[in-house]
Amino acid sequence: MAEHLLPTPSHTVGPFYGHALPFPDGDRVAPPGHPDAISLHGYVYDGAGAPVPDALLDFWQAAPDGSLTGAPGSMRRDPSTGGFLGRDGVGFTGYGRVPTDADGHYALHTLPPGNPGLPYISVCVFARGLTHHLFTRAYLADGPDPLLDSLSAERRATLIAAGPAARDASRAYRFDIRLQGEGETVFLEFR
Amino acid sequence: MARTPSPTPSLSQADIDLEIRDQQEAYDKAVAGGAPVLHHPRRDYAPYRSSLLRHPKQPLVAVDGGDPEAVELSGPVFGVTDITEHDSDLTLQHRGEPIGERMTVSGRLLDRAGRPVRGQLVEIWQANAAGRYAHLREQHPAPLDPNFTGVGRTLTDDQGRYTFTTIKPGPYPWGNHTNAWRPAHIHFSVFGTAFTQRLVTQMYFPGDPLFRYDPILRSVTDEAARDRLVAAYDHDLSRPGFSMGYTWDIVLDGPSATWIEEGR
Repeated sequence: MAEHLLPTPSHTVGPFYGHALPFPDGDRVAPPGHPDAISLHGYVYDGAGAPVPDALLDFWQAAPDGSLTGAPGSMRRDPSTGGFLGRDGVGFTGYGRVPTDADGHYALHTLPPGNPGLPYISVCVFARGLTHHLFTRAYLADGPDPLLDSLSAERRATLIAAGPAARDASRAYRFDIRLQGEGETVFLEFR
Repeated sequence: MARTPSPTPSLSQADIDLEIRDQQEAYDKAVAGGAPVLHHPRRDYAPYRSSLLRHPKQPLVAVDGGDPEAVELSGPVFGVTDITEHDSDLTLQHRGEPIGERMTVSGRLLDRAGRPVRGQLVEIWQANAAGRYAHLREQHPAPLDPNFTGVGRTLTDDQGRYTFTTIKPGPYPWGNHTNAWRPAHIHFSVFGTAFTQRLVTQMYFPGDPLFRYDPILRSVTDEAARDRLVAAYDHDLSRPGFSMGYTWDIVLDGPSATWIEEGR
Protein backbone atom coordinates (compact mmCIF):
# COMPACT_ATOMS: atom_id res chain seq x y z
CA MET A 1 0.00 0.00 0.00
CA ALA A 2 1.71 3.16 -1.17
CA GLU A 3 1.85 6.28 0.95
CA HIS A 4 0.60 8.81 -1.51
CA LEU A 5 -0.89 11.45 0.78
CA LEU A 6 1.17 13.72 2.99
CA PRO A 7 0.11 13.84 6.63
CA THR A 8 -1.67 16.72 8.36
CA PRO A 9 0.85 18.27 10.76
CA SER A 10 0.30 18.03 14.50
CA HIS A 11 -0.18 21.11 16.69
CA THR A 12 -0.11 21.69 20.42
CA VAL A 13 -3.30 20.96 22.35
CA GLY A 14 -2.87 24.47 23.83
CA PRO A 15 -4.13 25.62 27.23
CA PHE A 16 -7.88 25.67 26.59
CA TYR A 17 -8.90 22.04 26.04
CA GLY A 18 -10.21 21.62 29.58
CA HIS A 19 -13.87 22.21 28.74
CA ALA A 20 -13.67 20.07 25.60
CA LEU A 21 -11.55 16.93 25.90
CA PRO A 22 -11.71 15.54 29.46
CA PHE A 23 -14.89 13.60 30.21
CA PRO A 24 -16.40 12.05 33.35
CA ASP A 25 -15.08 8.53 34.01
CA GLY A 26 -12.21 9.15 31.58
CA ASP A 27 -9.99 7.71 34.32
CA ARG A 28 -12.33 4.82 35.21
CA VAL A 29 -11.55 2.19 32.61
CA ALA A 30 -12.14 -0.66 35.09
CA PRO A 31 -15.75 -1.40 36.03
CA PRO A 32 -16.39 -0.11 39.58
CA GLY A 33 -15.57 -2.64 42.28
CA HIS A 34 -13.86 -5.06 39.91
CA PRO A 35 -11.66 -7.33 42.05
CA ASP A 36 -8.74 -7.22 39.59
CA ALA A 37 -8.67 -3.41 39.22
CA ILE A 38 -5.31 -1.68 39.32
CA SER A 39 -4.30 1.97 39.31
CA LEU A 40 -1.57 3.61 37.27
CA HIS A 41 -0.59 7.01 38.56
CA GLY A 42 2.21 9.51 38.74
CA TYR A 43 3.37 13.00 37.89
CA VAL A 44 4.30 14.69 34.65
CA TYR A 45 7.42 16.88 34.97
CA ASP A 46 9.02 19.44 32.70
CA GLY A 47 12.73 20.03 32.03
CA ALA A 48 13.09 22.12 35.20
CA GLY A 49 11.61 19.33 37.30
CA ALA A 50 8.37 21.28 37.79
CA PRO A 51 5.07 19.41 37.61
CA VAL A 52 3.03 20.02 34.45
CA PRO A 53 -0.52 20.95 35.46
CA ASP A 54 -1.85 21.22 31.91
CA ALA A 55 -0.97 17.92 30.30
CA LEU A 56 -3.58 15.53 28.94
CA LEU A 57 -2.88 11.80 28.81
CA ASP A 58 -4.56 9.29 26.52
CA PHE A 59 -4.28 5.60 27.46
CA TRP A 60 -4.82 2.54 25.27
CA GLN A 61 -4.34 -1.08 26.26
CA ALA A 62 -5.34 -4.68 25.67
CA ALA A 63 -8.24 -6.14 27.62
CA PRO A 64 -7.31 -8.70 30.33
CA ASP A 65 -7.95 -11.52 27.81
CA GLY A 66 -5.55 -9.89 25.33
CA SER A 67 -8.24 -8.54 23.04
CA LEU A 68 -7.37 -5.33 21.18
CA THR A 69 -10.74 -4.70 19.60
CA GLY A 70 -11.76 -2.10 22.20
CA ALA A 71 -15.43 -1.14 22.53
CA PRO A 72 -17.53 2.00 22.27
CA GLY A 73 -18.83 3.65 25.41
CA SER A 74 -15.82 5.45 26.92
CA MET A 75 -17.71 8.76 26.86
CA ARG A 76 -21.36 7.71 26.88
CA ARG A 77 -23.77 10.58 26.48
CA ASP A 78 -27.27 11.41 27.61
CA PRO A 79 -29.31 12.38 24.55
CA SER A 80 -31.94 14.10 26.70
CA THR A 81 -29.59 16.54 28.44
CA GLY A 82 -26.49 16.50 26.22
CA GLY A 83 -24.48 15.60 29.31
CA PHE A 84 -22.34 12.58 30.09
CA LEU A 85 -23.68 9.30 31.46
CA GLY A 86 -20.33 7.82 32.45
CA ARG A 87 -19.28 4.30 31.51
CA ASP A 88 -21.84 1.52 31.69
CA GLY A 89 -20.09 -0.22 34.59
CA VAL A 90 -19.68 -3.62 32.93
CA GLY A 91 -17.86 -3.20 29.62
CA PHE A 92 -14.17 -2.62 28.97
CA THR A 93 -13.26 -0.11 26.27
CA GLY A 94 -9.47 -0.19 26.72
CA TYR A 95 -9.36 3.60 26.41
CA GLY A 96 -8.83 6.23 29.09
CA ARG A 97 -8.21 9.98 29.07
CA VAL A 98 -6.92 11.87 32.11
CA PRO A 99 -5.84 15.51 32.49
CA THR A 100 -3.14 16.20 35.06
CA ASP A 101 -4.37 18.09 38.10
CA ALA A 102 -2.94 21.32 39.55
CA ASP A 103 -0.09 19.25 41.07
CA GLY A 104 0.76 17.64 37.73
CA HIS A 105 -0.62 14.32 38.96
CA TYR A 106 -2.78 11.81 37.09
CA ALA A 107 -4.39 8.51 38.05
CA LEU A 108 -5.89 5.85 35.80
CA HIS A 109 -8.03 3.03 37.20
CA THR A 110 -8.08 0.04 34.91
CA LEU A 111 -7.73 -3.72 34.54
CA PRO A 112 -4.42 -5.50 33.93
CA PRO A 113 -3.60 -5.58 30.20
CA GLY A 114 -3.36 -9.08 28.71
CA ASN A 115 -1.20 -8.31 25.66
CA PRO A 116 1.40 -10.93 24.64
CA GLY A 117 4.76 -10.54 26.35
CA LEU A 118 5.22 -8.07 29.17
CA PRO A 119 2.01 -6.23 30.06
CA TYR A 120 2.04 -2.54 29.21
CA ILE A 121 -0.31 0.41 28.86
CA SER A 122 0.34 2.73 25.93
CA VAL A 123 0.40 6.42 26.81
CA CYS A 124 0.04 9.43 24.51
CA VAL A 125 1.04 12.75 26.09
CA PHE A 126 -0.40 16.12 25.06
CA ALA A 127 0.41 19.46 26.70
CA ARG A 128 0.50 23.17 26.22
CA GLY A 129 3.99 23.86 24.84
CA LEU A 130 4.27 20.38 23.32
CA THR A 131 3.88 20.88 19.56
CA HIS A 132 3.56 17.19 18.75
CA HIS A 133 2.26 14.52 21.12
CA LEU A 134 4.64 11.96 22.62
CA PHE A 135 4.08 8.21 22.90
CA THR A 136 5.46 6.11 25.70
CA ARG A 137 4.64 2.82 27.45
CA ALA A 138 4.06 2.06 31.11
CA TYR A 139 5.28 -1.51 31.59
CA LEU A 140 3.72 -3.22 34.59
CA ALA A 141 6.49 -5.82 34.83
CA ASP A 142 10.13 -6.16 33.89
CA GLY A 143 11.63 -8.96 31.86
CA PRO A 144 12.72 -9.85 28.33
CA ASP A 145 11.18 -7.46 25.79
CA PRO A 146 12.49 -6.32 22.37
CA LEU A 147 11.99 -2.62 23.11
CA LEU A 148 13.25 -2.68 26.70
CA ASP A 149 16.21 -4.85 25.76
CA SER A 150 17.33 -2.26 23.19
CA LEU A 151 17.74 0.40 25.90
CA SER A 152 20.45 1.19 28.44
CA ALA A 153 19.60 0.23 32.03
CA GLU A 154 19.04 3.87 32.94
CA ARG A 155 16.67 4.55 30.08
CA ARG A 156 14.93 1.19 30.43
CA ALA A 157 14.00 2.08 33.99
CA THR A 158 11.95 5.07 32.78
CA LEU A 159 9.43 2.68 31.15
CA ILE A 160 8.89 0.37 34.13
CA ALA A 161 6.08 1.35 36.48
CA ALA A 162 6.94 0.74 40.12
CA GLY A 163 4.67 -2.05 41.29
CA PRO A 164 2.68 -1.99 44.50
CA ALA A 165 4.17 -3.37 47.69
CA ALA A 166 3.02 -6.91 48.41
CA ARG A 167 0.68 -5.80 51.18
CA ASP A 168 -0.60 -2.71 49.38
CA ALA A 169 -4.32 -3.26 48.89
CA SER A 170 -4.55 -0.33 46.45
CA ARG A 171 -2.73 -2.21 43.69
CA ALA A 172 -1.29 1.10 42.52
CA TYR A 173 1.56 1.30 40.03
CA ARG A 174 3.64 4.48 39.97
CA PHE A 175 4.67 5.84 36.57
CA ASP A 176 6.13 9.34 36.31
CA ILE A 177 6.69 11.03 32.97
CA ARG A 178 9.67 13.38 32.58
CA LEU A 179 9.44 15.39 29.39
CA GLN A 180 13.06 16.57 29.44
CA GLY A 181 16.37 16.36 31.26
CA GLU A 182 17.58 14.04 33.99
CA GLY A 183 15.67 10.77 33.93
CA GLU A 184 13.92 11.81 30.73
CA THR A 185 11.26 9.26 29.82
CA VAL A 186 11.86 7.17 26.71
CA PHE A 187 9.45 8.37 24.03
CA LEU A 188 8.58 6.25 21.04
CA GLU A 189 7.98 6.60 17.33
CA PHE A 190 6.14 4.09 15.19
CA ARG A 191 7.02 3.51 11.56
CA MET B 1 -3.93 40.40 35.45
CA ALA B 2 -1.90 37.24 35.05
CA ARG B 3 -2.35 35.24 31.92
CA THR B 4 -1.11 31.76 31.11
CA PRO B 5 1.67 31.64 30.09
CA SER B 6 2.98 34.80 31.73
CA PRO B 7 3.77 37.53 29.21
CA THR B 8 7.42 38.40 28.70
CA PRO B 9 7.12 42.17 28.29
CA SER B 10 10.69 42.59 27.09
CA LEU B 11 10.13 40.28 24.14
CA SER B 12 8.68 41.99 21.08
CA GLN B 13 7.09 40.67 17.91
CA ALA B 14 10.20 41.90 16.07
CA ASP B 15 12.36 39.67 18.30
CA ILE B 16 10.15 36.68 17.57
CA ASP B 17 10.07 37.51 13.85
CA LEU B 18 13.87 37.31 13.76
CA GLU B 19 13.88 33.96 15.54
CA ILE B 20 11.21 32.61 13.20
CA ARG B 21 13.21 33.82 10.19
CA ASP B 22 16.40 32.18 11.45
CA GLN B 23 14.60 28.88 12.04
CA GLN B 24 12.99 29.04 8.61
CA GLU B 25 16.29 29.76 6.86
CA ALA B 26 18.04 26.95 8.72
CA TYR B 27 15.28 24.50 7.77
CA ASP B 28 15.15 25.56 4.11
CA LYS B 29 18.92 25.31 3.86
CA ALA B 30 18.93 21.85 5.43
CA VAL B 31 16.28 20.58 3.01
CA ALA B 32 18.14 22.08 0.05
CA GLY B 33 21.18 20.15 1.31
CA GLY B 34 19.28 16.87 1.28
CA ALA B 35 17.81 16.73 4.78
CA PRO B 36 14.37 15.12 5.01
CA VAL B 37 11.21 17.21 4.76
CA LEU B 38 9.55 17.56 8.17
CA HIS B 39 5.81 17.05 8.01
CA HIS B 40 5.29 17.81 11.69
CA PRO B 41 6.31 20.74 13.89
CA ARG B 42 9.64 20.84 15.66
CA ARG B 43 9.11 19.95 19.31
CA ASP B 44 12.09 22.11 20.13
CA TYR B 45 10.99 25.44 18.69
CA ALA B 46 12.24 28.33 20.80
CA PRO B 47 10.03 31.07 19.27
CA TYR B 48 7.15 29.22 20.98
CA ARG B 49 8.49 29.80 24.48
CA SER B 50 6.35 27.19 26.21
CA SER B 51 8.12 24.48 24.21
CA LEU B 52 11.50 25.15 25.86
CA LEU B 53 11.10 22.90 28.88
CA ARG B 54 8.51 20.57 27.37
CA HIS B 55 10.36 18.70 24.64
CA PRO B 56 12.59 15.66 25.03
CA LYS B 57 16.28 16.08 24.29
CA GLN B 58 16.87 12.40 23.63
CA PRO B 59 15.89 11.07 20.19
CA LEU B 60 12.66 9.11 19.94
CA VAL B 61 13.11 5.34 20.06
CA ALA B 62 11.67 3.61 17.01
CA VAL B 63 9.29 0.72 17.57
CA ASP B 64 9.67 -1.24 14.40
CA GLY B 65 6.35 -1.49 12.57
CA GLY B 66 7.32 -5.07 11.85
CA ASP B 67 6.23 -6.01 15.37
CA PRO B 68 2.68 -7.14 14.61
CA GLU B 69 1.89 -7.48 18.30
CA ALA B 70 2.45 -3.84 19.19
CA VAL B 71 -0.64 -2.69 21.08
CA GLU B 72 -0.42 0.71 19.36
CA LEU B 73 -1.27 -0.82 15.97
CA SER B 74 -4.86 -1.03 17.16
CA GLY B 75 -6.78 1.74 18.83
CA PRO B 76 -9.88 2.94 20.67
CA VAL B 77 -13.29 2.78 19.01
CA PHE B 78 -16.36 4.92 19.58
CA GLY B 79 -20.01 4.57 18.68
CA VAL B 80 -23.44 6.14 18.71
CA THR B 81 -23.52 6.01 22.51
CA ASP B 82 -20.58 8.45 22.64
CA ILE B 83 -22.19 11.36 20.81
CA THR B 84 -25.55 13.13 20.73
CA GLU B 85 -27.39 14.57 17.79
CA HIS B 86 -26.54 18.20 18.57
CA ASP B 87 -22.85 17.62 19.15
CA SER B 88 -21.96 18.38 15.53
CA ASP B 89 -23.93 21.65 15.45
CA LEU B 90 -22.29 24.12 17.83
CA THR B 91 -24.98 26.72 17.07
CA LEU B 92 -27.77 24.59 18.59
CA GLN B 93 -26.32 23.83 22.00
CA HIS B 94 -28.00 26.72 23.86
CA ARG B 95 -31.35 28.48 24.01
CA GLY B 96 -30.33 31.22 21.61
CA GLU B 97 -28.08 31.44 18.60
CA PRO B 98 -24.42 32.41 19.00
CA ILE B 99 -23.19 35.66 17.50
CA GLY B 100 -20.82 35.36 14.56
CA GLU B 101 -20.35 34.22 11.00
CA ARG B 102 -22.21 30.90 10.70
CA MET B 103 -20.28 28.26 8.78
CA THR B 104 -20.04 24.61 7.84
CA VAL B 105 -16.68 22.86 8.17
CA SER B 106 -16.46 19.50 6.45
CA GLY B 107 -13.82 17.15 5.17
CA ARG B 108 -12.60 13.59 5.06
CA LEU B 109 -10.50 11.68 7.55
CA LEU B 110 -7.99 9.57 5.60
CA ASP B 111 -4.90 7.49 6.16
CA ARG B 112 -1.77 8.10 4.11
CA ALA B 113 -2.87 5.55 1.53
CA GLY B 114 -6.00 7.66 0.99
CA ARG B 115 -8.36 5.17 2.62
CA PRO B 116 -11.23 6.67 4.63
CA VAL B 117 -11.26 6.23 8.39
CA ARG B 118 -14.89 5.26 9.03
CA GLY B 119 -17.02 5.65 12.15
CA GLN B 120 -14.25 7.31 14.11
CA LEU B 121 -14.45 10.13 16.63
CA VAL B 122 -13.65 13.74 15.66
CA GLU B 123 -13.67 16.32 18.47
CA ILE B 124 -13.33 20.09 18.04
CA TRP B 125 -13.05 23.12 20.32
CA GLN B 126 -12.70 26.78 19.52
CA ALA B 127 -13.01 30.39 20.66
CA ASN B 128 -16.18 32.37 20.04
CA ALA B 129 -16.54 35.08 17.39
CA ALA B 130 -14.86 37.60 19.71
CA GLY B 131 -11.85 35.35 20.24
CA ARG B 132 -12.79 34.17 23.74
CA TYR B 133 -12.83 30.59 24.99
CA ALA B 134 -15.48 29.40 27.42
CA HIS B 135 -12.65 28.34 29.74
CA LEU B 136 -11.97 29.74 33.22
CA ARG B 137 -8.25 30.22 32.62
CA GLU B 138 -8.93 32.36 29.57
CA GLN B 139 -8.22 36.00 30.56
CA HIS B 140 -8.73 37.76 27.24
CA PRO B 141 -11.13 40.65 28.03
CA ALA B 142 -13.45 39.89 25.14
CA PRO B 143 -17.10 39.01 25.73
CA LEU B 144 -18.26 35.49 26.46
CA ASP B 145 -21.22 34.40 24.37
CA PRO B 146 -23.91 32.76 26.54
CA ASN B 147 -25.06 30.86 23.46
CA PHE B 148 -21.72 29.38 22.53
CA THR B 149 -19.54 26.82 24.31
CA GLY B 150 -17.40 26.02 21.29
CA VAL B 151 -17.17 22.23 21.76
CA GLY B 152 -18.27 19.69 19.14
CA ARG B 153 -18.01 15.96 18.41
CA THR B 154 -19.03 13.70 15.60
CA LEU B 155 -18.36 10.29 14.06
CA THR B 156 -17.05 10.05 10.50
CA ASP B 157 -19.42 8.46 7.98
CA ASP B 158 -18.77 5.59 5.56
CA GLN B 159 -16.69 7.87 3.35
CA GLY B 160 -14.69 9.09 6.33
CA ARG B 161 -16.47 12.43 6.17
CA TYR B 162 -17.11 14.72 9.15
CA THR B 163 -19.27 17.85 9.15
CA PHE B 164 -19.70 20.56 11.78
CA THR B 165 -21.92 23.62 11.84
CA THR B 166 -20.39 26.39 13.94
CA ILE B 167 -19.43 30.05 13.87
CA LYS B 168 -16.10 31.43 12.75
CA PRO B 169 -13.76 31.91 15.72
CA GLY B 170 -11.97 35.21 16.25
CA PRO B 171 -8.20 35.72 16.65
CA TYR B 172 -7.06 36.22 20.22
CA PRO B 173 -4.07 37.57 22.16
CA TRP B 174 -1.76 35.33 24.18
CA GLY B 175 1.26 35.68 26.39
CA ASN B 176 4.16 34.37 24.30
CA HIS B 177 5.50 37.91 23.71
CA THR B 178 4.16 41.46 23.59
CA ASN B 179 1.35 41.83 21.06
CA ALA B 180 1.20 38.11 20.30
CA TRP B 181 -2.03 37.10 18.51
CA ARG B 182 -3.14 33.68 17.42
CA PRO B 183 -4.66 33.43 13.94
CA ALA B 184 -8.29 32.26 14.04
CA HIS B 185 -8.34 28.47 14.32
CA ILE B 186 -10.36 25.43 15.33
CA HIS B 187 -8.71 22.72 17.43
CA PHE B 188 -9.23 19.14 16.20
CA SER B 189 -8.66 15.88 18.06
CA VAL B 190 -8.96 12.77 15.89
CA PHE B 191 -8.38 9.02 16.04
CA GLY B 192 -7.41 6.61 13.31
CA THR B 193 -7.74 2.84 13.22
CA ALA B 194 -4.49 2.63 15.21
CA PHE B 195 -3.33 4.50 18.30
CA THR B 196 -0.18 5.37 16.31
CA GLN B 197 -2.37 7.60 14.14
CA ARG B 198 -3.65 9.74 17.01
CA LEU B 199 -3.64 13.42 16.06
CA VAL B 200 -4.38 16.73 17.76
CA THR B 201 -4.01 19.74 15.52
CA GLN B 202 -5.51 23.09 14.50
CA MET B 203 -7.32 24.18 11.35
CA TYR B 204 -6.81 27.71 10.03
CA PHE B 205 -8.72 29.94 7.60
CA PRO B 206 -7.36 31.00 4.21
CA GLY B 207 -5.51 34.28 3.85
CA ASP B 208 -5.16 35.10 7.55
CA PRO B 209 -2.66 37.99 7.88
CA LEU B 210 -1.49 36.63 11.27
CA PHE B 211 0.08 33.45 9.83
CA ARG B 212 3.56 34.93 9.45
CA TYR B 213 3.68 36.21 13.03
CA ASP B 214 2.48 33.09 14.82
CA PRO B 215 5.19 30.91 16.40
CA ILE B 216 2.77 28.01 16.86
CA LEU B 217 1.96 27.76 13.15
CA ARG B 218 5.58 28.51 12.23
CA SER B 219 6.76 25.61 14.44
CA VAL B 220 5.79 23.63 11.35
CA THR B 221 8.88 24.74 9.45
CA ASP B 222 7.88 23.18 6.15
CA GLU B 223 5.79 25.64 4.13
CA ALA B 224 3.87 22.97 2.22
CA ALA B 225 3.04 21.25 5.52
CA ARG B 226 1.79 24.55 6.97
CA ASP B 227 -0.46 24.96 3.93
CA ARG B 228 -2.10 21.63 4.77
CA LEU B 229 -3.39 23.17 8.01
CA VAL B 230 -5.39 25.80 6.11
CA ALA B 231 -8.98 25.02 5.08
CA ALA B 232 -10.27 25.99 1.64
CA TYR B 233 -13.29 28.20 1.18
CA ASP B 234 -15.81 25.99 -0.64
CA HIS B 235 -18.67 27.86 -2.29
CA ASP B 236 -20.52 24.61 -3.01
CA LEU B 237 -20.55 23.98 0.74
CA SER B 238 -21.97 27.43 1.48
CA ARG B 239 -25.71 27.24 2.09
CA PRO B 240 -27.85 29.91 0.41
CA GLY B 241 -28.95 32.56 2.87
CA PHE B 242 -27.49 30.61 5.80
CA SER B 243 -23.79 29.82 6.12
CA MET B 244 -20.30 29.86 4.59
CA GLY B 245 -18.53 26.61 3.71
CA TYR B 246 -14.99 25.46 4.40
CA THR B 247 -13.44 22.15 3.39
CA TRP B 248 -10.53 20.57 5.22
CA ASP B 249 -9.31 16.98 4.81
CA ILE B 250 -7.21 15.37 7.54
CA VAL B 251 -4.54 12.79 6.71
CA LEU B 252 -3.31 10.61 9.57
CA ASP B 253 0.31 9.57 9.91
CA GLY B 254 1.55 6.33 11.38
CA PRO B 255 1.23 2.59 10.70
CA SER B 256 -1.85 0.54 11.53
CA ALA B 257 -2.57 -3.18 11.76
CA THR B 258 -4.52 -3.16 8.48
CA TRP B 259 -1.72 -1.21 6.82
CA ILE B 260 0.78 -3.92 7.68
CA GLU B 261 -1.56 -6.77 6.76
CA GLU B 262 -2.04 -5.29 3.31
CA GLY B 263 1.68 -5.04 2.72
CA ARG B 264 2.87 -1.49 3.11
